[in-house]
Amino acid sequence: MSSKTFHGGVHPQEYKELTENCAFEVIPLPEEIILPLAQHLGKEASAQVKKGDDVVPGQLVAKAEGFISAPVHTSVAGKVISLGKELTSSGFPKDSIVIKTNGTVEAEKILLPPLNPETITPDEIRNRVAEAGIVGQGGAAFPTSVKLSPPKDKVIDVVILNGCECEPYLTRDYRFMIERPDDLISGFKLIMKALGVKRGVIGIENNKPVAIKLLSEKLKSEPGLEVVSLKTKYPQGAEKMLIKAVNGKEVPPGKLPMDVGAVIQNIGTAIAVHDAVVKGEVLTTAALTVSGKGIKIPKNLLVPVGTPVQNVIDFCGGVTEDAVKIVVGGPMMGVAQFDLHAPVMKATSGILVLTKDEVVENPETPCLRCGQCVGACPLNLVPTKLARYSQLNKFEEAEDADVTVCMECGTCAYTCPANIPLVQWIRLGKQRVLEMQRERAATTK
Amino acid sequence: METATTIESKQKVYFDLTTSPHLHSKWSTQKVMWFVVAALIPSIAAALVFFGWMQIFIIITAVVFAVGTEAAIQSIRKKKVTWFDGSAALTGLLLALTLPPNFSLSATAIGSVVAIGLGKQIFGGLGYNIFNPALVGRAFLQAAFPVQITTWTQPNFAVDGITSATPLAAFKFDKIFTDTVPMAIGNVGGSLGETSAIAVLVGGILLIAVGIVNWRIPLSMIIGMFIFGGMFWFINPQNPSPIFHIIAGSFLFGAMFMATDWVTSPITNKGMWIFGLGISLVLVVIRIYGGLPEGVMYSILFMNGFVPLINRYTKPTIFGVVREEKK
Repeated sequence: MSSKTFHGGVHPQEYKELTENCAFEVIPLPEEIILPLAQHLGKEASAQVKKGDDVVPGQLVAKAEGFISAPVHTSVAGKVISLGKELTSSGFPKDSIVIKTNGTVEAEKILLPPLNPETITPDEIRNRVAEAGIVGQGGAAFPTSVKLSPPKDKVIDVVILNGCECEPYLTRDYRFMIERPDDLISGFKLIMKALGVKRGVIGIENNKPVAIKLLSEKLKSEPGLEVVSLKTKYPQGAEKMLIKAVNGKEVPPGKLPMDVGAVIQNIGTAIAVHDAVVKGEVLTTAALTVSGKGIKIPKNLLVPVGTPVQNVIDFCGGVTEDAVKIVVGGPMMGVAQFDLHAPVMKATSGILVLTKDEVVENPETPCLRCGQCVGACPLNLVPTKLARYSQLNKFEEAEDADVTVCMECGTCAYTCPANIPLVQWIRLGKQRVLEMQRERAATTK
Repeated sequence: METATTIESKQKVYFDLTTSPHLHSKWSTQKVMWFVVAALIPSIAAALVFFGWMQIFIIITAVVFAVGTEAAIQSIRKKKVTWFDGSAALTGLLLALTLPPNFSLSATAIGSVVAIGLGKQIFGGLGYNIFNPALVGRAFLQAAFPVQITTWTQPNFAVDGITSATPLAAFKFDKIFTDTVPMAIGNVGGSLGETSAIAVLVGGILLIAVGIVNWRIPLSMIIGMFIFGGMFWFINPQNPSPIFHIIAGSFLFGAMFMATDWVTSPITNKGMWIFGLGISLVLVVIRIYGGLPEGVMYSILFMNGFVPLINRYTKPTIFGVVREEKK
C-alpha cells in the first residue's frame, strides 16, 4: 500500500484500540443544555429567544450575524432558563443560552424540507449548509458555508476529505467512515457540487485499512473520486500537511488551501451536509470519542450539542481513581478542563480522561541542542530557537524568525527529550508578536 | 467579574491544567544519557576482553571523577545537583574509552576533572558547552601526558609483532598497513573503546535505530571519508584507502559517539551533513600531513567550533516559502 506523507512529524502511541470497535451510541437527554452563541470561528450569533421561552428540538435559538458566522439550534425541548456568560471548554466564558429540558416528553424534531441531491443547485447547497448551522468538524469550527463560497478569482481543482484522524485516541471519523460510508460519499459529492469541482480525494491514514478498503471499493464506480492512503503520522490531518501529501503542493505562510486550488473538509462535515440536505436536519448533534485509560467505559457517542462534559463522563461510567487530566479535543491540541460543566459544542471531537501513565511528565532540563524539534517541525521552523526568544522576551527576534507561521500542532513539545514546553513558549511569543503587529497597525493609521 | 460567580456556583473538579500537547514521547534527558551508556557496553566489553579486566579501573576512575566534579561544581555554584541525569557519567565513560590501556589512574582522574570543569561546567553546564567535554579532557591529557597517552599495550590475543603499535601509527611511521579483519574485531593496539569496530557499530546502530543518534552525522562522515580519503588514495596509493581510514583508529567511535553528541553538533539536518563532511576532511588532512597519527579528536573539536555558525546558515526554509518565491 503506497503511503504519501509530508516531511517531519511524529508518531505518538495511537490508543485507537480503546474505541475503534465501539459503534456510536446515543446518550440520554441531559437535564440542562448550554448553547454558546459562538460555537464557530467568526461573529457570535445573536440570540432569538428570551428567558422563559419554550423551545422545541431543531428550533433556531440564535441566528447568524454577518457572513462569517453560523446559527445555533437547540437539540432538546424545554424552557430557556438563562442568557449570560457560561464557561466553555476553551476555558473562557462565552455568551450562552441555557435550556432546561423537559426530558419526559420526546418532542418531535423540527426538520427543514428535504432536498433532492440530484437536482439541487450549488446555491441551494450553500444556503442549506448555512441554514443548518454546519461548521467544520475538524476542531477549528470554521463555518462550512463560507468555505463553500470561495472568491470568484480562486480556481479550486480538488476537494480533499480529511479522513486522517491523526490525533491519537480519536476514532469518531473512523466510525463514520465504516458505519455511514454511503452518506459520507453523498455529502462529499454535495460539497464538490457546491464548489463546482470534479476531483475529490479522501485522505485516510494507513492505520485504518478497513476504512480505506471499504471506501475505495465504493468509489470505484464514482469517476473523479478516489481514496489516498497516507502514512500514519501526526499532524497528517493538518490542512497544509494533507495537501502536501495528496497533491505535493505547499501552502505558503499566511495563505489558505484555496490559494493552491484545494478545499479541505472533514469527514463529520460531509456527514452533516448529507443530513442537512437529504434529511433536512440542522446540526444539533456532536459525534465524539470518549476515551483514555481514565474513563471506565470508552465509547463513541452521539451527544446533543450543549450537553455538559460531566453528563458524558457519567454516561461512560465515570473516571477511574488514577485519572489526572480531562481534555476536550484530541490529546495533541485539545484543552484541559477544570470545570466539567462546560458543554459539548458542535465541533467537539472527543473527551479524553488521561491517567498519569499516559501523561508522561519528566523533569525539564536545559536544551540539549539535539535538533529533534527541528527535524520534526512539519513547517520547518526551529522551535528551540523560537521558544528561547520567548523565554528571553525577545519578541522582535521571534517575529523575524517567523514565529507567527507556527500552527501550534505541538509536535516539537512532544518530541523534546529535555521536556521543554516548546510549543507553549512559542504560543506566548506568537501572541505577543501578533499584539505588537496590531499596535503597529493602529499607530500607523 | 460576573463570570467568577457563575463558575463558583457550579461543581468544581480540579485536574492537571497544562496546555496541549498532553502526550509526550517516552524520552527524557536522563533516559537518553543512560541509554547511550548502555550502548557503550559492547565497547567496554571489547576493551576488557582485549586489554584485560584491570582496565575497568580506568573506566571507574573516569566516571567517578566526572560525576564528582559535576556535583562539586554544581554545589559550589548553588545550582541543583544533577549528577543522576547521567550526562557526567557518560562524559567520564567516553573519556575513559579514548584512553590507552593501562593509562595512569591519576592522570585519568585529572582528565575527568578537566572534561567536566573546563569542558562543560565553565560554560554553564549541560546544554551550553561548545566543545565535546570528553574530547576536551582527552586533548588536555594529550598535551599534559604526551608519552603515556601514546604508549600502547599489546592486546591479549596478539598474533604478530606490529600490533603493539596502533594501526595508524604503524602506517604513519613505518608505512605498514594492518589487516582489516583484526581491526574490525579489535585485536589490535589502540584506545580502550576504539579497538573493536564491530562493538562500536553494534552500539552505534542501536542508537540510530532508537533515534538518539541522527544517522546523518555518521553517514556523512563515512561518505566524507570515501570522498576525501579516496581522493588522496587515488592520487597516491601509498596513502591509506578509505576503508582503512574508517576501520582504523577511533574513526567509528568518533562518528557514532563523539561527533553525534547532541549539545555540540548542529541542530539542522543540512548542518549535520556539513559537520560530518567537515570532520572527515580535517581528519584526512591530519592523518596524512599532520605530525600525529590520529586526528579524530582534533577534527571533531575543530568542527564543534563551527557549529553555531553552521546552525545559523543552515536554517531550514519554512514550509511553502520557496514555492512562493519561485513564482
